[in-house]
Amino acid sequence: MSLQNIGFVFRKELTEWLRDRRTIISTVVIPLLLFPILTVGFGTMATMLIGKAKEEIPKVIVLGGDDSPKILEGVRKLDKIEVVAAQTNWKDEIINKEVRAAVEIPPGFEADLAQQKSDVVKIYMYEGEMKSSFAADRVEKYFKDLSDRVVTERLAAKSLPASILKPFEIKQDNVAPPEKVSGAVLGGLVGYMVILLCLTGGMYPAMDLTAGEKERGTMETILSSPISRYHLVLGKFFLVLTAALATAALSVLSMGLSFNALKLFSPEAASGRGEAAALMLRIGPATVLAIFVMALPVAVLFSAALMTISLFAKSYKEAQSYVSPLMILVIVPAVAALLPGVELTSKLALIPILNVSLLCKELVTGTYHWNYIATIFLSTCVYAGVALFLAVKMFQREDVLFRS
Amino acid sequence: MIETRGLVKTFKDKKRGEIRAVDNVSFVCKPGEIYGLLGANGAGKTTTLRMLATILEPTDGTAIVCGHDVVEAPEKVRANVGFLSTSTALYPRLSSQEFVEYFGRLNGLDEATLKKRVDEIFSRLDMNSFRDRRCDKLSTGMKQKTSIARTLIHDPQVMIFDEPTAGLDVMTARTIIEFIRECRQRGKTVIFSTHVMSEAEKLCDVIGIIQSGKLLVEGSLAELRSRYNEQDLEEVFVKVVAPLYAGQEDN
Repeated sequence: MSLQNIGFVFRKELTEWLRDRRTIISTVVIPLLLFPILTVGFGTMATMLIGKAKEEIPKVIVLGGDDSPKILEGVRKLDKIEVVAAQTNWKDEIINKEVRAAVEIPPGFEADLAQQKSDVVKIYMYEGEMKSSFAADRVEKYFKDLSDRVVTERLAAKSLPASILKPFEIKQDNVAPPEKVSGAVLGGLVGYMVILLCLTGGMYPAMDLTAGEKERGTMETILSSPISRYHLVLGKFFLVLTAALATAALSVLSMGLSFNALKLFSPEAASGRGEAAALMLRIGPATVLAIFVMALPVAVLFSAALMTISLFAKSYKEAQSYVSPLMILVIVPAVAALLPGVELTSKLALIPILNVSLLCKELVTGTYHWNYIATIFLSTCVYAGVALFLAVKMFQREDVLFRS
Repeated sequence: MIETRGLVKTFKDKKRGEIRAVDNVSFVCKPGEIYGLLGANGAGKTTTLRMLATILEPTDGTAIVCGHDVVEAPEKVRANVGFLSTSTALYPRLSSQEFVEYFGRLNGLDEATLKKRVDEIFSRLDMNSFRDRRCDKLSTGMKQKTSIARTLIHDPQVMIFDEPTAGLDVMTARTIIEFIRECRQRGKTVIFSTHVMSEAEKLCDVIGIIQSGKLLVEGSLAELRSRYNEQDLEEVFVKVVAPLYAGQEDN
């Protein structure tokens, strides 16, 4: 009978929850849209914008070079830039994005080259401005090629091989499989997102089922029924937990689908080559399962904590102001795990949220430290148990239930 | 049957210290009788009724409701009580029928009995036209009928009404008043709190006047009229409460 009562409460709360537009948006719509927008949406948009910027023929000013006609002609003939006449305020023109870059050819440059004197070619650009960088890069490439050509000619004149300047090559080679490489880059983000969405997914139902009920006057109605408060709080708790886990599950699903969709837009990333490959997360079913097992006690902890805090509030609005600081308490340790160099230790394995966030980072890279997994799972279970105990106790307190 | 034995309820307030909301209240309410608890705002009516419905636990003393102690067996008490007040609201996103069924299930009714009871009550209260409508789309009258159906679903022996007509229009209030009368006719034990004298005059078999948490006087309407030599219940009430009320105002 008692378990059945918990079921009745859960079923009723689930029915109401599924009919609430606000919670459906926070639990289903946001997680399902967030990742496609972040990956495919932003990815496609960034690729499009970069492509468009590359296609533009930037205007470049050449300063000096009258006594170096061949070089000046070479710069003018570059097909990916348009050389325009210099004005006195050419620096302002670059800042105002009317002209993308300027190159200053030193006086007597060609003569100096012939006499093997060293000179400085200056390229002026707007740092951080993409189109200006492209323009500067194109001009720089021309002068680098020229420099290489001059060196080769000088070496040939002295009958020396080109390898004299390059006695050996240095090459870094990655031995980690692609999933570990991408995991190291984005692994921390998975834990962070799962933790954060567990919290936000449980937030609205927790406030609605406690402070919201007090505000609407339905708390007194349900308290007048024969159900014990213990069963009532458990029924409500299971709904908040379901919402938290559903949000996290949908977000992981959405994340997986988004990364797969990204393959369609970036074949290079799909084949595991190039810079785009670092943006690909290869999350297998085993990793997903492992993340969920670890997310479960975290979701219990959040659900119970959210209910305890929200129940103390008299209204939904008041509950929102109580719950907001909890977001900071959760985000700080979750973000700390994203910092480079922060790795799991036996001490960090006991710090709630940070431990799970760090563990997710390891799980995504396919690393399983079973001692840490056990410590983190058990310690989080203990924290979750304490939070749930507090939530149950809070429901027994008349001064909290009838706070006015 | 309700029997309260020295009920006490105290609350702690940061500014005012300990507040004795209900102070040693004892009375008996019999089956087939309406007991009216009459008092001004903050007199202790709601707290007393909430203790009888086991929503609040007494600080001291106890009450026996349908043979069960409110302190020792609160769940058994609630299974025998129907509690209705203006603050017992409905779940907005459930339909009228779903709402009543939910409380039926919590009261341990099996599905067959529940269906029979729901059909019976919805027909009796003329609720079939809005049984599938969500509670947040109901009119005040429809909401009150749904609340009444909720209190009746498990056919409780004791009915507790805490200012059930407060803030309602005349027609809706009449539905409630008729329902309370019907409960008496069916032999239920009814306790009813109000500060509307005309309602108490119309309904109550026994009237208890409460002020500052203390039950000052009780008796039938005729007894009270004769004891205070006043025909109007309001005058009786003022005579009983005035000395204590003046003191309370001074404080």
